[in-house]
Formats: sequence, structure tokens, C-alpha cells
Amino acid sequence: MIELNDVSYSYGGGELLSGIDLTLAPGSFHFLTGPSGAGKTTFLKLCYADLLATAGRVSAFGQDARAMGRDDIARLRRRIGVVHQDCQFLDHLSVTENVALPLTVSGRDVVAEAENLTSLLSWVGLGDQGDSLPPQLSGGERQRAALARAVIMAPEIVIADEPTGNIDWEMSLRLLTLLVELNKMGKTILIATHDLNLIRTAKQQVSARVLRIHNRGIQLAGADL
Amino acid sequence: MSLSADLAAALRGDAQADRVVPPTGFTVSLTVFTAGAMAFLAVFAMALSLATGRLADRWGSELARSATVRISAPAGQTEAQVQAAVRVLQTTPGVASVRVLDEAEQRALLEPWFGPDLPIEALPVPRMIDVVEEGRGYDAEGLRLRLAAEAPGAVLDDHTRWRRPLIQAAGRLRALGVVSAVLIACATAAMITLAANAALAANAQVIGVLRLVGARDNYIARAFVRRFTLRALTGAAAGTVLGMAAVALLPRASAEGGFLTGLGFQGWHWLWPLIIPPIAAVVAFWATRIAAFRSLRELM
Ligand SMILES: Nc1ncnc2c1ncn2[C@@H]1O[C@H](COP(=O)(O)OP(=O)(O)O)[C@@H](O)[C@H]1O
Ligand SMILES: [Mg+2]
Repeated sequence: MIELNDVSYSYGGGELLSGIDLTLAPGSFHFLTGPSGAGKTTFLKLCYADLLATAGRVSAFGQDARAMGRDDIARLRRRIGVVHQDCQFLDHLSVTENVALPLTVSGRDVVAEAENLTSLLSWVGLGDQGDSLPPQLSGGERQRAALARAVIMAPEIVIADEPTGNIDWEMSLRLLTLLVELNKMGKTILIATHDLNLIRTAKQQVSARVLRIHNRGIQLAGADL
Repeated sequence: MSLSADLAAALRGDAQADRVVPPTGFTVSLTVFTAGAMAFLAVFAMALSLATGRLADRWGSELARSATVRISAPAGQTEAQVQAAVRVLQTTPGVASVRVLDEAEQRALLEPWFGPDLPIEALPVPRMIDVVEEGRGYDAEGLRLRLAAEAPGAVLDDHTRWRRPLIQAAGRLRALGVVSAVLIACATAAMITLAANAALAANAQVIGVLRLVGARDNYIARAFVRRFTLRALTGAAAGTVLGMAAVALLPRASAEGGFLTGLGFQGWHWLWPLIIPPIAAVVAFWATRIAAFRSLRELM
């Protein structure tokens, strides 16, 4: 689904990622770890074409990211659900409107999908918060709202950037359960996290591969996790 | 999607899409005011153009079709020279009719200056011959030469001496009106571009989120284009109404002399200003659309 061939990413400050080869197969479950500043967010952005690799080739659904026009990128974003590190809500819209945003911007009739929306909100446990504004939500609620938004378009791939970044353990487990459920529904999952407890817990529920960013490259972490 | 469909969509609106971009604050009133003020000025530019156009047409057609031959000769020769001049005129190609003014008519012409009791027979008043042109007119220089030969006391006054610069001035004024209208449209486009850029910059974060959830540039641009088009239309409609009212309230210049036709609209010309609001909407549509696509590409 997503394929990286000899991908490097550098910016003014130097090379952040280099020579990365990786394939995310359909239905797979991956964790991406590494210390803060290692380039996890950058790697994810390369996957959903928010950044372009400075060398090598990233392709998503068989399409070369470099060859994509702006409209192709928009279409790609509808097929990849992303839970961003900072959630990225529109604070003037209600939680329901934020969750429905991908539908709205792709011209779908949100009213016709109201039932879907309601059941999605209760699936992430936000059935009562639909009319709140994002700033009124707690950290865990924000992450779950972001997850709901990421999956509203029924994407084939779900990418989450530190989804349990600043929420308590109980809430992290709830979120993990939702992601595992998505994977069991056949979605490809990629989660960036430095929370090793979360990874260990997940490995008990699902066969997940753990990738680690090390020395600008990506290695498969062993059983030591 | 075609552009006309886009423009229609911009006016029709989409409540959901509209909510997506938050209200853009001061740029609202800025755009409405600018469009209004510019439309107000455009009404005057248009009135000026139309009025000077009328003036140029009138001077160009009515006055140009007639000329006068004045004959001042020693008392005994006047009648003979009048007859000679009439013969010359009647055989000049481009002259439709020739008519010698009679005493009553001449008296009427002089009355405003000398009063009704002028003993015109006793005065060495020149005789006047009215000449009306036809077709492409006559060759004035040729006619002057022939008149000089046949009737030395005849002077051809074909009005062109003072008519030409006036027509030229009227034409320039009309061109000036057109240039003003174009400048007003450009200034409107510039102001709306600035306002749209301010709105886009203020909403960079919103636009980033929209891109992340899969919005196409066209969708995002439309949200802004619709706003600015509607505001420009509203402002321009108000400005046009006020401008037309102001023109309607101008004092009638024609009451004084009839020389100036007045800086107003006449008859169906009152419909002309009604094209200003749609033009403002089209200008706003394009200005915002171009600004939006440019800053979207810069935002990545
Ligand atoms: N375009 C860029 N310009 C400047 N710094 C960058 C750029 N891209 C990445 N970085 C830097 O690279 C480092 C890695 O960032 P990031 O991918 O967010 O790491 P992580 O998500 O693992 O914490 C950070 O220190 C960030 O500031
Ligand atoms: Mg990060």
C-alpha cells in the first residue's frame, strides 16, 4: 500500500532520514519508535505526502508521491486517515462538524451520513460531546475525536502520530483498543509512539511489527520489546 | 467544473462549506466599503462618459451639418454678391440646400443684442446665407476659393474653427471616463486582492487543516471566493444606488443654456449603471480566486 525505496529526507539542518526501504502491506500493524526528534513525524508525513522525500521514491497505492498533483494529494488524504500529533481541529466548529470535515470537504452529504457519524462518535466514546467545541475536550477526548475523523472516510490506512502522547494510561488503552479493532476490520495501521508499554500491550492483542528509527535509518526491533 | 458554474456556485452558496472557514473579521467591512465607494465613483465615470459622448455626438452631427456664408459688401454690390454666392453654393457638391435669411430672420438674430427696434435696412449689416450639408460634406477650401472669386465679400463660416477642438475635448473627456472606469475596476481588484490575502493569511492554519483532511484547492478557494464575491456585489449594489441617486439630484445644467447637456443619464441610459454590481462581482471573483490559488500553492 505504501512503499518507500531508498528514501532520504534532508532539510537545512542536515539529513534526518536516509536510505529507507520499507513496505506497509495491506492489513499490517506497525509501530514506529525512536527518541524525540528522531524523525517519526517526518516519516509519517512522507507517507501521506505532506512532505516530499529529498531522494528516493515514496509511493502510495502504486502512485509516486513526487508525480502527484495537488488534487491527487487531496484524494490520497481521503484514503489515508491520519491522527495528527497535535490533532489539528478547527476550533470554531463543533466536535461533530470536525469529525465530519473530511466528508464535508469531499462534497459528501453530511446530513445523509448523520447516523454513521453518531455511531462513530459513540464508538470512540464521544456520544455526548458532539456539540462541544474542540478546546472544551480533554486530551484523551481530543485524540479519540481525531481518530473518529481519521476513519470517517473508511480509509484503507490509518496513521497515528503519538496518539497517546499526553493522555493517561487508561485512556491510552481505550485508544489502542480502537486501533486494534480497526486493524481487525482489515485496515492497515501505522502508529508512531515512544510509549513502550503501549507497544507491549498491543503485541498481546495483535501481531504488530515494531520499527525503530536509528542512525537515520529504520530497523526492525527485536523481541527485546 | 467550468468557471461560469463556479461563479454560479459562488453566488448560490453551500452552508456547510461556508461554516468551514471562520468569519474573516474586518476584511468583511473593508471589502463592502471598497466595492461601494468604487461603484459610486464608477457611476460618475459612466455619467461623464455618456454625457460627453452625447455632447460630442451633438456637436459632431448637428453643428457639422450646417454652415453660414456672411456677405459684407459696399451697399450697391450686396445683392449681386449674394446672388453670386448662392449660385456658387448651389453648384457645390455636398451642399444640400442654400437659403438666404430674410430681414425678419436677421432681425431676430440681432434682437437679443440690439433690441426689437433695430433699423436693419439702414445698417451695414452683413447678409447671411444658411448652408446645409449632405453626404460627406463639401470641400471647404475649394468653396472658399470659388467664393472669393465670385463674391469677394463672402466669408464662409463653417464652424469647424471652433467645433473641432470642442469635439476633440469631448472625445478626450469620454476617453477619460472610460479610463477612470478601468482604473476603478483595477483599484477594486487590487483592494479585494489585499483583503483576500489578509483573510487567507489569517486563516493559514484553517487552510492547512482543510488540506490535511483532503480538501482540494478549488474547494478551499471557493469558500473565500464566495464571500468576497457576495460582499463586492452587496457593496457595489449599495454604491451604485447611492451614485445614481446623487446623479439624479444633480442640478439640470440644460435649464441654464442648453449648451451643456448636463452630467446625467438620459432615458434608457439609466440602465447602464446596473451593470456595475455584476462587474464588481466578477472582478472580486477573479481577484479572490487568483489570490487564493496563489497562497494555497505557497502554503503547500
Ligand atoms: N523542514 C524542517 N526544517 C527544520 N527542521 C526540521 C525540518 N524537518 C524536521 N526538522 C527537525 O527534525 C527533527 C525531527 O522532527 P520530527 O520528525 O518531528 O521528529 P519526531 O516526530 O521523531 O520527534 C526535529 O528536531 C525537527 O525540528
Ligand atoms: Mg513527532
